[in-house]
Amino acid sequence: MSNPFEPKIVAFLCNWCSYAGADLAGVSRSQYPPNIRVVRVMCTGRIDPVLILEAFASGIDGVFIGG
Amino acid sequence: MREYATTLPNVVVADRNLFTCSQDTQEKIKEYIREYDLNRVVVASCTPRTHEPLFRETLRQGGLNKYTFEMANIRDQCSWVHMHEPEKATEKAKDLVRSAVAKARLIQPLADISVPVNHNGLVIGGGVAGMVSALDLAEQGVKTYLVESAGKLGGQALKLYATYQGDRVQPYVEDLIDTVNRHPLIHVYLNTTIQDASGFVGNFTSTLVDKQGKETQLDHGAIIIATGGKPYEPEEYLYGKDPNVLLSLELDQEFIRGSDRLNHTKCAVFIQCVGSRIPERPYCSKACCTHSIQSALTLKKLNPEMNIYILYRDIRTFGEKERLYTEARARGILFIRYDPEDPPKVEKENARLTVTVTDHVLQRPLQISPNMIILATAVVPHDTRSLSKLYKVSTTPEGFFLEAHMKLRPVDFATDGMFLAGLCHFPKPIEESIAQAKAAAARAATILAKESIDMEPIVSVVDEDNCNGCGICERVCPYGAMHLIEINGLITARSTPASCKGCGLCAASCPSKAVDMCHFSQHQIRAQICALA
Ligand SMILES: Cc1cc2nc3c(=O)[nH]c(=O)nc-3n(C[C@H](O)[C@H](O)[C@H](O)COP(=O)(O)OP(=O)(O)OC[C@H]3O[C@@H](n4cnc5c(N)ncnc54)[C@H](O)[C@@H]3O)c2cc1C
Ligand code: SF4
Ligand code: SF4
Ligand code: SF4
Repeated sequence: MSNPFEPKIVAFLCNWCSYAGADLAGVSRSQYPPNIRVVRVMCTGRIDPVLILEAFASGIDGVFIGG
Repeated sequence: MREYATTLPNVVVADRNLFTCSQDTQEKIKEYIREYDLNRVVVASCTPRTHEPLFRETLRQGGLNKYTFEMANIRDQCSWVHMHEPEKATEKAKDLVRSAVAKARLIQPLADISVPVNHNGLVIGGGVAGMVSALDLAEQGVKTYLVESAGKLGGQALKLYATYQGDRVQPYVEDLIDTVNRHPLIHVYLNTTIQDASGFVGNFTSTLVDKQGKETQLDHGAIIIATGGKPYEPEEYLYGKDPNVLLSLELDQEFIRGSDRLNHTKCAVFIQCVGSRIPERPYCSKACCTHSIQSALTLKKLNPEMNIYILYRDIRTFGEKERLYTEARARGILFIRYDPEDPPKVEKENARLTVTVTDHVLQRPLQISPNMIILATAVVPHDTRSLSKLYKVSTTPEGFFLEAHMKLRPVDFATDGMFLAGLCHFPKPIEESIAQAKAAAARAATILAKESIDMEPIVSVVDEDNCNGCGICERVCPYGAMHLIEINGLITARSTPASCKGCGLCAASCPSKAVDMCHFSQHQIRAQICALA
C-alpha cells in the first residue's frame, strides 16, 4: 500500500487548558503527527453538537475535543 | 506560504517577515492597512495566547477596530511539533492560514465592555504579610477588609524571636497589630473565614462567616491571599514525647519569655531539614538554617560554656546570612553533616536523651547527650483547598498557592484581580514576606484605583425575536449571566455582558439557535471547519 489512510482530524481546544497545552507541546518541541488541525474556542462548552456533525458532513474524518 | 495566502478569497496583500512581532513589522502592518485600505488582518506566526494583544494594539493604532484581527498558530502548533516532516507541516500551515482567513472574513468589529470597579480591598489572613498589605492599601485610601481565622492578628510572627539582623520581632508585630487595629480604613474580622465567593476582577463578592455562624457579605474589587503557614509537627525524634525536644519556634518562645532553663542547659543539638527536602516535601523551607544558627548564637551568648551541635544536610544561609554561619563557627558551634539515608537517631534512657549521628568525615557514629534538642522542621501551608476552590486559584502539589508566573508575575494569581503574599506562597523569611506583601498591595491598587476596567467583548448575545423563552440558557449558565425577562408580555432571555465569561454553553444548548457568541459565532466556527475539510 503506497498511501495508507491518514485521517484528517479537527481538534476543538479550550483556550485556557488544552490549547495552552498544545502551545506547550510546541515550546517543548514534542513531536506528533501532522494530521490534526486546531480550532480555538474559549471553552469546550461552546461546541454545539451540530458543529461536530457539520465537521463530519464536510469531510473531516475525526473530531477531537480537549477541555 | 506567502504566495499561497494571496490566492485565498478576499486577501489583497500578503507579506512575510523574519520577526512578525518586532517594532518594524508593526509599523509595516500599519502602512499596509493605510496603503491597501484593509479591513481585516491575519497574522500567521505564534500563539494568540501570548501575542494577540500586541497585534490588536497595532490594528488600533492603524485605525482599525482591534477585534478585526485573527491569528494562525503555525509555529507552536505546527512547525515546532512537526520538525521532521517539513512538507506535511507546510500543508498543515496552509490549512491553518486558510481557516484563519475564513474566520477573518466573518469577524465583526466589537467594542470593549467597560465595567465599573468596586474600590474596596479584601485581605485574607492577618499575619505579618496580610497586615502589611492591608496597611499599604489603607494608606493609599483604600477601604480594606482584613479577615483572620484566629482570635488574634499576628500569625507565626507572634512566636518569632528575632530577625536575622538581631532585631526583636515582638515589638514590631505588636506595633503593627496596633496600627492596623486603629486605622480608620481597615476593618478587621477575627475568628472569621470565607464561606462563599463570586464575581470577577473589580467586582467580587465574598461571604464571611464567624465562629457564631454570623454571615457578612462584602463587595470588593481585588483580593490578596496571605493565609501563611505553620511548622510541620513531626512524629520522629521523640517530638511530643519528651519536653526537651522542641521546634525552632518553641525555642524562640523560650527566648521571648526569658526562660530560666536556658541558663542551665549544658548541651544543645539542632537537627536540620526535619520534614523538608524529602520525597513528600521536596522543597527547602529556606528560613530554618539561618534560624537555627541564630538561635545557637543566642544560646552561646546566654551561656558561653554550652556545647552546641548543628546536624545538617547542607547549610543554606544564603546572601548576607552567611555572616551568621561564619560567626557560629568562630564561636565554637560544631557542625556535623549527616546523610539523609542515615539520619540522626534520638533515644531516651533513664530520662537522658542521646543523639547518634554518623559523621561524614570520620565515617563513624558519634554520640551526644544533650539537655535539649531543637528540630528545624519544614514550613507547611495551612489548608488551602477551600480558598483555592472558592476563588478558582491554583496550588502546588504541596498545597502552597501558585503565582501566575514565577518571574514575570510573581505576586499575581492567574485569575485577574487576585494576588498573594507571604508563607502561603512558599516558605520565606519575614523580610521577604513583607516585601511581597507590599508588592501585592501595589498590584491590587492598580485595579482598585481605576474607575472602570475594559473587558473583552467575547460574550453571548440573544436574538430576542427567535427566543422561545424556554430558559435552558439560564439554567446552563455557570456564571448567572443569563436571565429570562418579560417584554410586552413575552418571555425572552437576556444576557448580562459584564458577568458573561464567554464560555458559550448557552449558545451550544439553545434549541432555537437564538443565542450566539461574539467573536466565536456559529458562522465563524463553521467557516473554519469547512476551510479545513
Ligand atoms: C516554623 C517557622 C519558622 C520560621 N522562622 C523564621 C525565621 O527564623 N526568620 C524569619 O525571618 N522568618 C521565619 N519564618 C517566617 C515568618 O514567620 C513569616 O515570613 C512571616 O511571619 C510572615 O508570615 P505570613 O503573614 O505570610 O503568615 P502567617 O504568619 O502564618 O499568618 C497567616 C495568618 O492567616 C490566618 N489564616 C490561615 N488560613 C486562613 C483562612 N482560610 N482564612 C482566614 N485566615 C487564615 C492564620 O491564622 C494566620 O494568622 C518562620 C516561619 C515558620 C512557620
Ligand atoms: S533552610 Fe536549611 S534546614 Fe531548612 S530546609 Fe533548607 S537546607 Fe534544610
Ligand atoms: S435557550 Fe434559547 S430559546 Fe431558550 S430561553 Fe435561552 S435563548 Fe431563548
Ligand atoms: S456564554 Fe457562558 S457565561 Fe456567557 S451567558 Fe452563555 S453560558 Fe453564561
